[in-house]
Amino acid sequence: MYGFLIAIGSLLLLSIIWMVYRIQTLVSVVKGSDKKIASSSNKINALMFIVFLVGAGGLMFWYSIKEFDNYQLPIASEHGEVTDQLFWITMAVTGFIFIVTHILLFWFPYKYQWKEGRKASFYPDNNKLEVIWTIVPAIVLTVLVIGGWRAWSDITAPAPENSHVVEILGYQFAWEVRYPGMDNTLGEHDYRLTSASNVSGVDFTDKNSLDDFMSPVVVIPKGEPVLFKIRARDVLHSVFAPHMRLKMDAVPGMPTRFWFTPTKTTEEMRRETGNEEFVYEIACTEICGRGHNAMRKEIRVVEPDEFRKWVSEQKPYIVNNPSLVENLPAELKELAEITISEHK
Amino acid sequence: MATASVASQSDAAHDHHDHEHHDNFITKYIFTTDHKMIGKQFLVTGIFWAIIGGLLSLIFRLQLGFPDMSLEWLRPILGGWITPDGALDPEFYLALVTMHGTIMVFFVLTAGLSGTFSNFLIPLQIGARDMASGFMNMLSYWFFFVSGVIMFVSLFIETGPAGGGWVVYPPLSALEQAIPGSGLGMTLWLISMTFFIASSLLGGINYITTVINLRTKGMSFSRLPLTIWAFFLTAVIGLLSFPVLFSAALLLVFDRSFGTSFYLSDIYIGGEALPNTGGSPVLYQHLFWFLGHPEVYIVLLPALGITSEVIATNARKPIFGYKAMIISMLGITILSFVVWAHHMFVSGLNPFLGSIFMFLTLIIAIPSAVKVFNYLTTLWRGNLIFTPGMLFSIGLVSFFISGGLTGIFLGNSAIDIQLHDTYFVVAHFHLVMGSASFFGLMAGVYHWFPKMFGRMMDARLGYVHFWATFIGVYLVFFPMHYIGIAGFPRRYYSWTGFEFSNMYTDLNLFVSVAAILTFGAQLIFLFNFFYSMYRGRVATLNPWRSNTLEWTTPLHPQHGNWPGEIPSVYRWPYDYSKPGAAEDYIPQTVPLSATPESNLPHEQELVKLEKEIIAEEEAVLVANESTNS
Repeated sequence: MYGFLIAIGSLLLLSIIWMVYRIQTLVSVVKGSDKKIASSSNKINALMFIVFLVGAGGLMFWYSIKEFDNYQLPIASEHGEVTDQLFWITMAVTGFIFIVTHILLFWFPYKYQWKEGRKASFYPDNNKLEVIWTIVPAIVLTVLVIGGWRAWSDITAPAPENSHVVEILGYQFAWEVRYPGMDNTLGEHDYRLTSASNVSGVDFTDKNSLDDFMSPVVVIPKGEPVLFKIRARDVLHSVFAPHMRLKMDAVPGMPTRFWFTPTKTTEEMRRETGNEEFVYEIACTEICGRGHNAMRKEIRVVEPDEFRKWVSEQKPYIVNNPSLVENLPAELKELAEITISEHK
Repeated sequence: MATASVASQSDAAHDHHDHEHHDNFITKYIFTTDHKMIGKQFLVTGIFWAIIGGLLSLIFRLQLGFPDMSLEWLRPILGGWITPDGALDPEFYLALVTMHGTIMVFFVLTAGLSGTFSNFLIPLQIGARDMASGFMNMLSYWFFFVSGVIMFVSLFIETGPAGGGWVVYPPLSALEQAIPGSGLGMTLWLISMTFFIASSLLGGINYITTVINLRTKGMSFSRLPLTIWAFFLTAVIGLLSFPVLFSAALLLVFDRSFGTSFYLSDIYIGGEALPNTGGSPVLYQHLFWFLGHPEVYIVLLPALGITSEVIATNARKPIFGYKAMIISMLGITILSFVVWAHHMFVSGLNPFLGSIFMFLTLIIAIPSAVKVFNYLTTLWRGNLIFTPGMLFSIGLVSFFISGGLTGIFLGNSAIDIQLHDTYFVVAHFHLVMGSASFFGLMAGVYHWFPKMFGRMMDARLGYVHFWATFIGVYLVFFPMHYIGIAGFPRRYYSWTGFEFSNMYTDLNLFVSVAAILTFGAQLIFLFNFFYSMYRGRVATLNPWRSNTLEWTTPLHPQHGNWPGEIPSVYRWPYDYSKPGAAEDYIPQTVPLSATPESNLPHEQELVKLEKEIIAEEEAVLVANESTNS
């Protein structure tokens, strides 16, 4: 059906092109306009630039204003406020340049269109002008860069000591979330230990790993720094939490990190957006294969008290997977069994 | 020194030229060493690839704009890539995106643009009989052709073409277990790119050598048209950066086939832990973007060069700030090598390096801004003739501004955190690099068509083509900014799996429709191009009343370009609307001594020198005549 329609459409298009072409060729031969330097089309083209300027400009403003709340995602992290502010400052500066240069670019063709008998100005250079428009952009860019650099330095600075650590491991095609447990220290890992029951390749000979627990959802407290320790076990992935303004690649063999402070709980955001279903999400932004667009993980931001309560309720991973600690040395095994019995 | 060598070379070439009248079909059209024919070969091949690349993008735009549409009707072409329920296979979607990028960046905008116009214009505009090595030039095209054949074959193999994105980051591109396209398809991609790199290097060495050595008498570097400056610097960039891509590809071949671990480490895939340790996927990204970023300028600089020439000619006005334009291009050439890591701000790169690259990246915006202001000033108080070439050039400047400004967001690492790998990036580079370069290509084709084929393209079809394409390109790529600010990631088969991106189906539908129409508008061009080649109005010798040397050749220049002596050059190429001159243009071949009425004070000084040289030259000619006879 579609094929038929498209065939008809292209046939029509071709015949229209053919007819337009023949007619206008004949007309221009009759008029002798193909001998002139600039035919009457010159005026039409000049005018079209103005029409385009007004039409496209109007469309841009109308849509940008109308859709603002749609494309401007709510911000839910401290550094997100800063980067968004930088974004909108840059938007103001570049938007201004965009509009001014385009007005000139489309107005000049109209104003200076070919006129018989007029001669263009011979104006090959002006060093003063050129120095000005080298230095002014340089200053503007420096200001923008310095703002960006300061924000970037703060964002990428080492995480505060009291950060809540969460490990996020990307694999085809999901994220595995691991918490360090009561000691707030993640156990070591080794990719060779990976198995169906040990997705993250946790090394249980490290006693820090005994209280580590997994979670189907990333739960984090509002107002306290959170450190994502990011890994991948097969190909590149990238952790993207759009509302947190957070993105960091997950690289096999090279752990990466990103710390931030959430500012709004999921509940608060639901009230603010009026959307009862609202959830924070993590998506993958580095092409990773068939399921690239399906690597979803939910982030739930809660009040700090609720977070502590939630952590205390979680059972270490080994509680339900005791086989993982069966072959440990005697001393560690004892420790593991104590951990398991405490949470039974 | 230059005088003597040029004189003897032109004599030698001339003698050679006299013996070259028995071309058969194969030596004239296929294994030709004539730079003009090689340029046309690159152009036609580039157009072929542009159609393929465009069609691939339409298929994935169908998926994005009409996710529920049955693509059953594509089964005759795509076969098993259409799933039993009539949808596009997600892995083939990724392969389409990859092939679209590879084809457009390398085959269309590098080979199709630089290959066409560097080959066609360098000898014609500098006054040379041909390239320094016609044979290497021929090899350059045929390496490109072989590269294209291999890439084309890869589209049809059972496991599909490479599917890891045009950047082919390992480990995805190194492991067949990760995606089927990383099997044979990726092998063919690597072989094809190896041929392509060889082709680029053969071409680039030739362009550089020709520009340095074969300029006609009087054609100093300060009198070169900006097109030649652009092609020259492009070739320099290519020569320095393509070998690095080759090394990146070579190490990837080792990792894929010989068990090395340059890029691979700590990988557990398909139920087994691989033995590789110690490699770094980020190393590949460094090597890739060391080419990848200069590549942006490899496709853009020739377009800017063409635009400079076309705008000056059709504004009937010298290009404003000729020297500033050259300095800007030099600045861009150098800076293009020290900004690559801005593609890697969130790759796990040391944040300190990120800061350095942010500073360097925003510096490169300065020469770009200077170029834009200079184009605007060239239009100011001109006497503008809107040939299709001129329209496309103005369109290019518009895209260069729109896409360039969004680069200031992305070059700022703090802002890039959110925008990286979203549709904002897609919008950015499709405007500044894709569409701008494509418009440069179109401007060049419309402008130099009369020199290529001795006939005119139809101007009105050109106007229709321009406006449809110009408006169409904005309708396709401008909405992507909104989608990008909203955080929609790139290379997604579908966005409905996420709350935050489960919207804008209307806008995506709009973009897809606009893309189909814009592609359709290119049929006007195709018709105009091929029809005018045979049936177009016969061109005059200098249809745009331009100053540069190529318009002093006969309507159908033979191999060797000028039937007699190569003309000498006495002035820069931008003497348009010079006060005092009768016409609004003075070709480069007109001596200053012939135009006392329009000479500027410092030029009047040169007249004396020029007269001495002409006298000397005549003496040499007379001496030659007497020895020959």
